[in-house]
Amino acid sequence: MEVGNDDMLHSAKKITGRLLIHLFIILLGVVMLYPVVWMVLSSFKPNNQIFSDTSLILKSFTLQNYASGWKGYSGVQFGRFFLNSLFICGLSVVANLAACSMAAYSFGRLKFFGKAFWFGIMMISIMLPTHVTTIPRFVMYNSFGWIDSYLPIIIPKLLATDTFFVFLLVQFVRSLPRDLDEAATIDGCSAYGIFFRIVLPLAGPALVTTALFTFLWTWDDFFNQLLYINTTVRFTVPLGLRAFVDASGESNWGAVLAMSTLSMIPCFTLFFSLQKYFVQGIATTGIKG
Amino acid sequence: MLKGAKKFFRNNSAAYVFLLPWLLGFLILTVYPMIQSLYLSFTSYSMGREWGWIGLENYLKMLSSDRITGDPQYLKSLTVTFTYVFTSVPLKLAFALLVAMLMNRGLKFVSLYRAVYYIPTLLGGSVAIAVLWRKLFAKDGIINSLISALTGAEDLPGWIANPKYALGTLVILSVWQFGSSMIIFLAGLKQISPEYYEAAEIDGAGKTRQFFSITLPLITPIILFNLIMQMISAFQAFTQAYIISQGKGGPVNSTLFYTLHLYNKGFYYHEMGYASAMAWVMLIIIAVFTAIIFKTSGSWVSYGSGE
Repeated sequence: MEVGNDDMLHSAKKITGRLLIHLFIILLGVVMLYPVVWMVLSSFKPNNQIFSDTSLILKSFTLQNYASGWKGYSGVQFGRFFLNSLFICGLSVVANLAACSMAAYSFGRLKFFGKAFWFGIMMISIMLPTHVTTIPRFVMYNSFGWIDSYLPIIIPKLLATDTFFVFLLVQFVRSLPRDLDEAATIDGCSAYGIFFRIVLPLAGPALVTTALFTFLWTWDDFFNQLLYINTTVRFTVPLGLRAFVDASGESNWGAVLAMSTLSMIPCFTLFFSLQKYFVQGIATTGIKG
Repeated sequence: MLKGAKKFFRNNSAAYVFLLPWLLGFLILTVYPMIQSLYLSFTSYSMGREWGWIGLENYLKMLSSDRITGDPQYLKSLTVTFTYVFTSVPLKLAFALLVAMLMNRGLKFVSLYRAVYYIPTLLGGSVAIAVLWRKLFAKDGIINSLISALTGAEDLPGWIANPKYALGTLVILSVWQFGSSMIIFLAGLKQISPEYYEAAEIDGAGKTRQFFSITLPLITPIILFNLIMQMISAFQAFTQAYIISQGKGGPVNSTLFYTLHLYNKGFYYHEMGYASAMAWVMLIIIAVFTAIIFKTSGSWVSYGSGE
């Protein structure tokens, strides 16, 4: 009997322990999300109620901030910034997928002279800080007449300079069963055929992860956009937002928060609809995020 | 001879065709610019203006605090960046590991929690969040409202506007984004076989002992990985400092990140030769720290059977 009591005490202790952990995780989660939730809710409050109001309860609801924010910056509507960003991100995703999956197929599946050497170089280049190449690239793009266009953002993706994704895809391509290739080779399938008919279709999940992170990082990539885009009509969301804040910030915080909220919607949507690919991508390759 | 060449070509052509985009990108957009920037770092290059070879002058300028020939802000930017890297990265990893361990207890709703904790990482790099941060930590921001509501304290500082605290708000912003490191830790913790813990329990080892003798040694490879990746990206932090200080690195240079200073030198003052030299020094600093971590990793990273 005593042993039974001990067991019960033990499991009661265990359950309490678990509840405490849940409680801690939930509380910490609330603290972490508070700023974001505050931002979204404040974007629906009248301007004079935003300051210092810590509560998450809406006393009055208005869309005025969205209407005034949408007018944008120096005569260009915010919608334009969104279209520009979507355009850049869309092209970047396609370019990155094509170039990185090709390189990954070569590294992960084919035998060739110099493979170990190039693979080593590729891994090292993941760790290179971008700033070493920034200035000469700028000078080069300038001589091509590419400044104030989207080419300096998209062309590098077409040449797989985001080497990190090559690595991600190599990891995946390597894990695909080799028997398939052998069977296909016997059936007369060339290296090109194997790429298009076997590797690409099977690499679906890794390609989705690549597409996702390319989209997100291009969407938020302030540095390159700041560097290469000058004209307001070509501004992307981060540039538009920044210009808008600097121009009207202190007087119209409601609109700033409203446009900030809007700017996050694409990332949120992608995240919640494709969550499993995020976790897979991060866990298997350690995406820095 | 010709036959051999033909065979060599046949065996390698497909692989190089697939490799071509990356190879071109690597040569044209990485190797060439790196050599070019090394060359420019010894010149007074400035787009459109006359320039010439000046030897080590750019590098000496970084070390000098003379107002005319030197760059008094350089050492400040280095201090700011080091402070940022060496506070934000350890704190971030400690948080990530702590929360990952709590979540690894076979709890329900882990995937929901994981998603919630990832949201800051998802959004943290954006201009929107940086803008929000500026508002949160302003003198009349909600952080101060919260503090005075909780403690009754009045006359709190404007955290962003105060040179003592501005960098701290950026560290908090970075630590806030511990979600992706946490997911990596969580994946690593799942690999540790429960048998180790069962055996330890039988031997009478307590929770603390189990953590230091089993968990920690077995995830050291993941700590190493996270440490290096986070350190490299922390050295390159730019957007948040740019937005929060409106491009200037203020107040009183307290948020003048290395990259921000480099950007201003290269693209605002058009001292591109000098900015190239700065970039190379940064590369060397990152390489040295990565090498130190790798070298010392032999003594603290265990590649045991738990992997």
